Amino acid sequence: MSITRKGFLQVAGASLLALAGEKLVGSISSPEPGKPSRPTRWGMAVDFQKCRWDKGCDRCLDACRQAHNVPIIPDAKHEVKWVWKEREPNVFPQQSLLLPAAIQSQPVPVLCNHCAQPACTRVCPTEATWKREDGVVMMDWHRCIGCRYCMAACPYGARSFNWSDPHPYLAQSSADFPTRAKGVVEKCNLCEERLAQGERPACVEACAEKALVFGNLEDPESEVRRVLASRYSLQRRPELGTGPSIYYLI
Amino acid sequence: MRDRMLIFCGLALFVAVFTYPVLRAATAGLVAGPPDMQLPATAKQCVADTPYMRANHMQLLVNWREDVVRRDIRQIHAPNGKVYSASLANTCTGECHAKEQFCDRCHTYSGVSGPYCWDCHRDPRLVARKAP
Repeated sequence: MSITRKGFLQVAGASLLALAGEKLVGSISSPEPGKPSRPTRWGMAVDFQKCRWDKGCDRCLDACRQAHNVPIIPDAKHEVKWVWKEREPNVFPQQSLLLPAAIQSQPVPVLCNHCAQPACTRVCPTEATWKREDGVVMMDWHRCIGCRYCMAACPYGARSFNWSDPHPYLAQSSADFPTRAKGVVEKCNLCEERLAQGERPACVEACAEKALVFGNLEDPESEVRRVLASRYSLQRRPELGTGPSIYYLI
Repeated sequence: MRDRMLIFCGLALFVAVFTYPVLRAATAGLVAGPPDMQLPATAKQCVADTPYMRANHMQLLVNWREDVVRRDIRQIHAPNGKVYSASLANTCTGECHAKEQFCDRCHTYSGVSGPYCWDCHRDPRLVARKAP
């Protein structure tokens, strides 16, 4: 049996159409293989009713320092902060009327907000800090040139600059996590190295009162979403539109 | 040809002066041999073969760094079939090589003064020694 020129072109054209159709259907229907179908945005709720900051509890701060080799520098101008205690009116300016008296008078624990629209990542000239798909505002200290634009951009003061070599100020030293060098900016990384191992952040694990609730903000079934649905919460400086992932339960 | 004696004496003198540093070093045992690299006692296999590591370990470490920090890829599937955690501090120095007896010795020998990786990614042995 011989094939005509017309018949050949018909078969070839139909094959091409079928291939294109398959591609189109494939791209619409299934997400990329290996990627989780549910999006992740890590977030945290800090419960001021459970937190014993007023009793001088420093467990979350200590756990963070130990996990990440955060130096304790006595000079407040050179201080390096990942989780730290902040005093009103720097925590919730413009929302102070909503606050219980205890929060207005005592310094409360705060950390990097891992904003949905981070100001810091926009100004970094070397892409040393960026927003990950799972919501963590990540840093590459190798790439940081120490220009401190991100520090100027962050409205929460969550970033610290290493004015001097931090090594002499390391109280407990761990080889599991790298230290930093003079001239780079650092901040809370939401324990991304622990998230990669499927663990929760060190501060959350360390809190005996379970005042820190961690989870996926995109998952309505997660612990953090449940507690946010049931309690009244504040974000720091919501008027700026940065979309903090850290909530404070009043 | 009357100057033949003079020319040969001059040549001999030149050769003697020119080769003096080499000869002296060789006779006095001053020539540095290859560095005394202390190989790990337990592990016998590196993440890649020795010639590759010798020539390209710096690029390999930079690739690890980009993978871990920027792409969240923390496991290395080595050509030898094993899976390693991509970490200078915890895999290279943590499991095999001592920084002072391995990295430093070769860098000193080859006059490499650049790498300051260990300022931050510290050898666990040194951290333990420093701890009170």
